[in-house]
Amino acid sequence: MNASMNYVDGNAAGGELSRIFAVDITSAEGQCANCGAKRRFAEAHLYVRCPGLVARCPVCGHVLLRLAKIQERLFLDLCGMTRLTFDTTKQSNATS
Amino acid sequence: MEGTAVLDRVTWRVAKVVAVHDETATARTLALAVRNWPGHVAGQHVDVRLTAPDGYSAVRSYSIASAPSSDGHIEITVERLPNGEVSPYLTQEVVVGDDLELRGPIGGWFVWRSDQREPIQLVAGGSGIVPLIAMLRSRSSAGSSAPFRLLYSVREPGSVFYRDELRALSNQGDSVVITYAYTRVTPKDWPRPAGRIDAPLIAADTWPSTLRPTSYICGPTSFVERATDLLISAGYDREKTKTERFGATGERK
Amino acid sequence: MTVISRGFSGRRTPADAKLPPGQYLTTDFPVLSAGPTPHISLDRWEFTIDDGSNVLKRWDWKSFRELPSETIATDLHCVTRWSKLGTSWEGVSLDVLMADLNTDLPYAMFRSYGDYTTNLPLKDVINKQAWIAFKYDGADLEPEHGGPARLLVPHLYLWKSAKWVKGMTLMPHDKPGFWESLGYHIYGDPWKEQRYSTE
Repeated sequence: MNASMNYVDGNAAGGELSRIFAVDITSAEGQCANCGAKRRFAEAHLYVRCPGLVARCPVCGHVLLRLAKIQERLFLDLCGMTRLTFDTTKQSNATS
Repeated sequence: MEGTAVLDRVTWRVAKVVAVHDETATARTLALAVRNWPGHVAGQHVDVRLTAPDGYSAVRSYSIASAPSSDGHIEITVERLPNGEVSPYLTQEVVVGDDLELRGPIGGWFVWRSDQREPIQLVAGGSGIVPLIAMLRSRSSAGSSAPFRLLYSVREPGSVFYRDELRALSNQGDSVVITYAYTRVTPKDWPRPAGRIDAPLIAADTWPSTLRPTSYICGPTSFVERATDLLISAGYDREKTKTERFGATGERK
Repeated sequence: MTVISRGFSGRRTPADAKLPPGQYLTTDFPVLSAGPTPHISLDRWEFTIDDGSNVLKRWDWKSFRELPSETIATDLHCVTRWSKLGTSWEGVSLDVLMADLNTDLPYAMFRSYGDYTTNLPLKDVINKQAWIAFKYDGADLEPEHGGPARLLVPHLYLWKSAKWVKGMTLMPHDKPGFWESLGYHIYGDPWKEQRYSTE
């Protein structure tokens, strides 16, 4: 665990990542390429106070995903995740 | 259409401030009429973007406080942070009639849908109550009788948001039980001394894990980590313990 | 069409003619980080220079602090657009660390505790252009600002001034570090506004 607590979580990346992923990423289950832990992306430790967005594994701290918004381009690096599993049955704005 | 659904959440849309009201000395609720609002589920948030005349912009995320509805109106509650860049503007500058830009609704994990029947344990730290009041309001407006408990940790009595509404909910007698925990200053004659939430409080005032509840924990990062550890230690299922962290000072982004 | 927010200007003060293009002046010292703040005990701290195969030089904290140091007064320019003028530091010049090191490898990758990296041409860290800084504003450098020691290369954007630095690897070719591999400029001169990669 990080004593400085200077992170939020994967929920806060939902808006930016919705520009790339057609389905909600916060409920996707990701597997860390470093330690193998499987967690919902919402649980990732998200660092947003930097020139980009960095999501880290909540278990081992390894970088799962990095995103930078550079003028008209989005740079996405997913090297830290070996698998992302999405459930496409429930859409995020279904009102029920 | 799937294509439209994608664009809905990605596009910045205009929202007009139709009402403001103060929840506490530092927190204010803004009621917004949002053009072409697609609707939302309790627990979701919006990103709000402010743009200065020279093009400089700042974006912050705010949980939606209101229950799902089809009238295109939502509410957000903003806490003013001492060194904030956006929250002082939203809580002190903005007036009825102003336009804001927002994007959303965002989030599919930290949500409560009214077709959920299992017991629900809500745990709020400070401004973390906002998405959880949306869940309580959603439960009321859907006529759900799902059993809900709320553990609401605040610094002092004046920090409580939605106090009258919460009192009415717990007096209604339809299975909403609310426990307050005060970390710095308690009300007069309060049975529990001021302090952070701990294992005895969890044992006394949350659903037993044997009921297999789904829990939603929201607030500053350190609060969420602490509360999550306590609930997991009490036997809660990790996959059914959902969290939303607001950052070191409670500010998101 | 973007909606302009009535009366909003953010944290900034008006642009000053002395600043690089696109920057604004700040009086606080924002803390930006891509990960948790590492806490490195001084009895385990080290700074090494290697060439990818061999360690060429190594200092522990005690031997590092015995090196001659100097005070540096300089301005900082962050790619997120804030600039902070007139900051004061104390550190050991890279000229001292590289004295009597003979190399024809023209590039360096600086490595930090945690997993941060940033690349620089060697010619940009010698000749009084770079330091390993251990004091800020007269006091020990705090962990959130890169303590116990960080790289300081003020003529480039601040992302090149790697916090929590632990070593440099000399390289024959330039290779992008953490931000350079995600769309940020490989060199980063604020006076030419080299924020982003041109590829």
